[in-house]
Amino acid sequence: MVRPAVSIRNVGKTWDVEGRPPLRAIDDLSFDVAPGEFVVLLGPSGCGKSSLLYMIAGLEGVSNGVIEDDGIAISGPSPERGLIFQEASLFPWLTILDNVAFGLAIRAELPERRKEKAREILRRVGLGDVLDKKPDELSGGMRQRAAFARALVMQPRVLMMDEPFAALDVQTRAKLQDFLLQIWQDSGASVLLVTHSIDEAISLADRVIVFTARPGRVKEIVPIDLPRPRPTRSPRYHEYRDYFTELLAAEVDKAFAEQSGL
Amino acid sequence: MTEIMRLPTDTVAMSAPATDASPLPASPPRNWRKAQRQLAALGWAALSIGLFAAIWEALWYFDKINPLLLPPPHLFLQDIPGTLKFFDRSNRVGSVASGGGVGALGITMFWTTLRVFTGLALGFVSGVAVGATLHYVRWLRNLLMPTVLLLAPISPVAWLPVAIFVFGIGDVPAIFLVFITVFFTIVLSTSAQIESVPVNYIHVARIMGATQTQLFWRVILPSILPSLFMTLRLNLFGAWMVVLIAETVGVGTGLGQIISMARATFNAKLVFFTMAVIGALGFLSDWGLRQIQRRMLWWVAPNRGGV
Repeated sequence: MVRPAVSIRNVGKTWDVEGRPPLRAIDDLSFDVAPGEFVVLLGPSGCGKSSLLYMIAGLEGVSNGVIEDDGIAISGPSPERGLIFQEASLFPWLTILDNVAFGLAIRAELPERRKEKAREILRRVGLGDVLDKKPDELSGGMRQRAAFARALVMQPRVLMMDEPFAALDVQTRAKLQDFLLQIWQDSGASVLLVTHSIDEAISLADRVIVFTARPGRVKEIVPIDLPRPRPTRSPRYHEYRDYFTELLAAEVDKAFAEQSGL
Repeated sequence: MTEIMRLPTDTVAMSAPATDASPLPASPPRNWRKAQRQLAALGWAALSIGLFAAIWEALWYFDKINPLLLPPPHLFLQDIPGTLKFFDRSNRVGSVASGGGVGALGITMFWTTLRVFTGLALGFVSGVAVGATLHYVRWLRNLLMPTVLLLAPISPVAWLPVAIFVFGIGDVPAIFLVFITVFFTIVLSTSAQIESVPVNYIHVARIMGATQTQLFWRVILPSILPSLFMTLRLNLFGAWMVVLIAETVGVGTGLGQIISMARATFNAKLVFFTMAVIGALGFLSDWGLRQIQRRMLWWVAPNRGGV
């Protein structure tokens, strides 16, 4: 039995906002992520899937339970656990090359060495010709690829993504999904991707973890047993799609009822 | 439409990375266009100032204004050597009109400008330092913020007597007044700007393992600098106003002192001549700050505060 890359044990998260009753965002959540596995977290908005990513990243603490990274309880952030956001969040005061080399600079690697590494990884993500550009000179899709490169250059064992394609147009999104599968296979990292798009979940995941409405719990874990690439026209794809739609419908209704009840 | 338009760029870039994203072709036409734009801007500037002077001259020509009180440009620019007699070479208190000539004008301008920029630099650097400290050290913020908020709205001019009591007559009160003009604004602005640094920038740095110090110098500071610099530029004109007042009262030399003497001796030509000099200096120093901004904050478009 291989030791899981990430292990989530009875994790809960409660938000304490002054002047309001404490908000239970996540409740008694448990699952493992195997090394090199592609896991998609799917659920209605507000179900705590993003909070979970921030806790695995070490940016937020857990309220209950424990999250283990390769057998060790997480106590803070680490470049081993990269996080990619909906917005590329590149630093506008650095060139694309320096943005990607940022983590290496923090680690005090020699300038020549870090530039070489960053150049190499940018070539791999197809940005070899825009090294000296400013982030705002690139398209949204190119910026997001630079953000991937910035995380990848640190050679993470776990790569987390918080709706990384939500801000992109449909065509760019499809391209980047293919691209993500490719870098995932090359890097051997585990991927944890948060989305509310059923199609994104089916086309990318090894396993989909479906969340309940708030407080977030695991409703069901669904392995996607389809060979990649996964054409959306296949009958199996549609079966998965109908299944997830049904699973989610109830939760979305619940989330909606709660929101309008507030 | 835009979605379809964007796809090819991305596709190209992904398989075989695209070349220059800029839609303009080779560089000579671009330079040419830039030169044209600059020429046009210069033309408009000349027209604007020319029109202003022309109206003034016309009013004088048709006897609508008294040339003794409001001498039009051709009068106050007529006898420059005579006007320059009133400028002093020594920058010493009390040695009025000892020299004259272009050199004396240059020296006077130099000292006034130096007071402005020394005050600005001191105010900016210590304002950022204090603002950042107040942001990060909670008890210090609780302790000092009320006082800062109390002192911030007081006009720098009101500080003038204080400056003279404490520092006496000389350069220091003038520099102090400029310092006060920018200091509190920069303190408050720094504190507010740190608050609004995008949280993902901080997340990225923390994941990469940045220490608090690295986080500040490599992420927080570059991300707040553009808007702080904009605040500085907005306060530059205020600094110029304040330095003249300080020179009138608390320094005894400089352009402000010339104006004050011209008022006392009822020399309208000298007043307007000095005003023209001050206007030009103010314009040039803003241009200078813009150049600094272009070099230091290269990622920000010159007329934007950034963020």
